[in-house]
Amino acid sequence: MITIKNLHASIGDKEILRGINLEVKAGEVHAIMGPNGSGKSTLSSVLAGREDYDVTEGEVTFNGKNLLDLSTEDRAREGLFLAFQYPIEIPGVSNINFLRTALNEIRAYHGQEEMAAKDFLALVKEKSKLVELDAKLASRSVNEGFSGGEKKRNEIFQMAMLNPKLAILDETDSGLDIDALRIVATGVNKLKSKDNATIVITHYQRLLDYIVPDFVHILYKGRIVKSGGKELALEMEAKGYDEIKKEFEIAD
Amino acid sequence: MANEILEEHINKDYEWGFTTNIDADEAPKGLNEDIIKFISAKKNEPEWMLEFRLKAFRNWQNMVEPEWAHVSYTKPNFQDIIYYSAPKPKKELASLDEVDPELLKTFEKLGISLEEQKRLSGVQSNIAVDVVFDSVSVKTTFKETLAEKGIIFCSFSEAVQDHPELVKKYMGMAVPPTDNFYAALNSAVFTDGSFCYIPKGVRSPMELSTYFRINASGTGQFERTLIIADEDAYVSYLEGCTAPQRDENQLHAAVVEIITHKNAEVKYSTVQNWYPGDKDGKGGIFNFVTKRGICLEDNSKISWTQVETGSAVTWKYPSVILKGNNSVGEFYSVAVTNNYQQADTGTKMIHIGKNTRSTIISKGISAGFSNNSYRGLVQIKKGASNARNFSQCDSLLMGDKCGAHTFPYIEIKDKSAVVEHEATTSKIGEDQLFYCKQRGIDNEKAIGLIVNGYCKEVLNKLPMEFAVEAQKLLAISLEGSVG
Ligand SMILES: Nc1ncnc2c1ncn2[C@@H]1O[C@H](COP(=O)(O)OP(=O)(O)OP(=O)(O)O)[C@@H](O)[C@H]1O
Ligand SMILES: [Mg+2]
Repeated sequence: MITIKNLHASIGDKEILRGINLEVKAGEVHAIMGPNGSGKSTLSSVLAGREDYDVTEGEVTFNGKNLLDLSTEDRAREGLFLAFQYPIEIPGVSNINFLRTALNEIRAYHGQEEMAAKDFLALVKEKSKLVELDAKLASRSVNEGFSGGEKKRNEIFQMAMLNPKLAILDETDSGLDIDALRIVATGVNKLKSKDNATIVITHYQRLLDYIVPDFVHILYKGRIVKSGGKELALEMEAKGYDEIKKEFEIAD
Repeated sequence: MANEILEEHINKDYEWGFTTNIDADEAPKGLNEDIIKFISAKKNEPEWMLEFRLKAFRNWQNMVEPEWAHVSYTKPNFQDIIYYSAPKPKKELASLDEVDPELLKTFEKLGISLEEQKRLSGVQSNIAVDVVFDSVSVKTTFKETLAEKGIIFCSFSEAVQDHPELVKKYMGMAVPPTDNFYAALNSAVFTDGSFCYIPKGVRSPMELSTYFRINASGTGQFERTLIIADEDAYVSYLEGCTAPQRDENQLHAAVVEIITHKNAEVKYSTVQNWYPGDKDGKGGIFNFVTKRGICLEDNSKISWTQVETGSAVTWKYPSVILKGNNSVGEFYSVAVTNNYQQADTGTKMIHIGKNTRSTIISKGISAGFSNNSYRGLVQIKKGASNARNFSQCDSLLMGDKCGAHTFPYIEIKDKSAVVEHEATTSKIGEDQLFYCKQRGIDNEKAIGLIVNGYCKEVLNKLPMEFAVEAQKLLAISLEGSVG
């Protein structure tokens, strides 16, 4: 699905990603954990094509294409989805209108016709049920005035609507109450198939009880310093990052 | 990236920039009393009309061009303008067949008037149109249907001939010929425009619309619109405009007056898309317009809704004088400037009557190297007890080479007044754009979405088909303006 080789990225003079290597295959769930500021969100932004970051080294292959050559929107159209850690508000633009535009843009890219309004609304109904999103939220302006938890849920609703190949969930669990966490996780699990993959960024092993990862990676100072199975998450939760920090302490 | 696209800039050409080869009947260049007499004679006007013009002209000669607006431009040479240009042959048009086919082709090409085309060709529609081509009105549709209701909707020239008592009574009531430099100029040299009278108790069964088109070169357009809603009357009025693409600056100095009697309501919507000049700021229309309404009697209402995307320089303040008690004035505006466009626009709400209310919603969007200013006056006169105003002025910046300015003036002479003013300035967020793009929406579409969302409160006020047109126009005007 995606192969990341020796990825370096910086902002200004500051190098944030310092050689990331990661391979995610179709059907897999990978979790990325790591202390604050280690570069998790940066990695997801760089993959999604945020222009603030300069990729200085490395390569990324996504479904056989050179991801770094694609524009942000084409990456999305190729099936890369990022559930934002801090979803953005777009006043005056209804969620529905926003998603319809997005969906039709993606369809056009793949040479498909616009989805008929009726089918689209049926899809909205189906997918909003999946994440138990209040119908009212679907017609409100994108994220405007949404509570923290509602925003996160809306991200997963969008993911469900756009049906990506690779979804990166950046701390989607933070800010969710226990019930919401279960609902969102169930939604993500339902969307899982042998043809898509998920990268879950989280601080809490709790989420991984619901979305069970095949691999867990620890990101520290812009590098993946440790990888393992689900038990690695439990270990980190129990021990904290001290050991990692000591072992991999490097100058900034 | 932002810069790259800024450089690349909006190379989207102005689609309405063609000219039509029509034989025109023109006055010689320049302005003096003889020219005014020439215009008046051409139009076979009564003596009082000529007097009105000459008086305005004499006033104008003693006036100086205003300089307080936040715009800079090379002042027009008033002796280098043709003040009268009429497509030939200028004769009464009894049916569509008599309209110059070149003219019809023009309207076809104008595209935005798909609906108007239909209207012009007499297809069932719910809008009556008056088309003003250069200086004269060429065709007013649905006149008969409207006449059955007692509604008068015709060119200004016809009104002068057929309804002199109404013209005499109301012309200059909202905008006196001495009001300002450009209003005085217009009063002296105006050549045509639309006239509309809605009699007592009548709600216009259709929207009335004027379509303005500047065609001939070297001309200015000076049209006048006068709308009168008698007691309990209602009308929704639409105005659209385009002009050919020319390297020279052309002057458009219009006057629009609205008068509402007791319980009457007039809704006036404009989508202004005059040629804005090219991307280097060459050419384009100078749009110096005076629009004002008077809520003459109690419980009447005037609302101005404008979407301004065109013109090189815009100077325009649709205003309402709230004279009648309980009268209501509204101003909803979206003004977009790109490249080197300059706009200084806003409104004046003058509260005179008791319990008068006004609302101002202004959304400015600046891109490129443009300058966009909101200038508004809220005046509460003594005795206007319990007057209320709410103003909200938002500015949206795209890129860092443009400017947004807000000049709100508030004068309160009555203690019971409640005046609220809110203002925000925001940049179109890289974050918002990234969010859209991450969902597969490209830059242009993303800007379109964000901008339309930003303007929603105003666009919602437009009649349906106008709103759709306005949305498209907004997207086109801003294409390529943010990276
Ligand atoms: N736009 C930026 N400008 C300057 N520094 C940045 C920028 N984006 C990220 N950084 C820095 O890069 C480092 C990594 O940030 P990032 O947001 O990727 O961390 P994270 O692992 O997602 O942290 P958290 O767990 O708190 O979400 C931080 O030190 C951060 O301050
Ligand atoms: Mg983060």
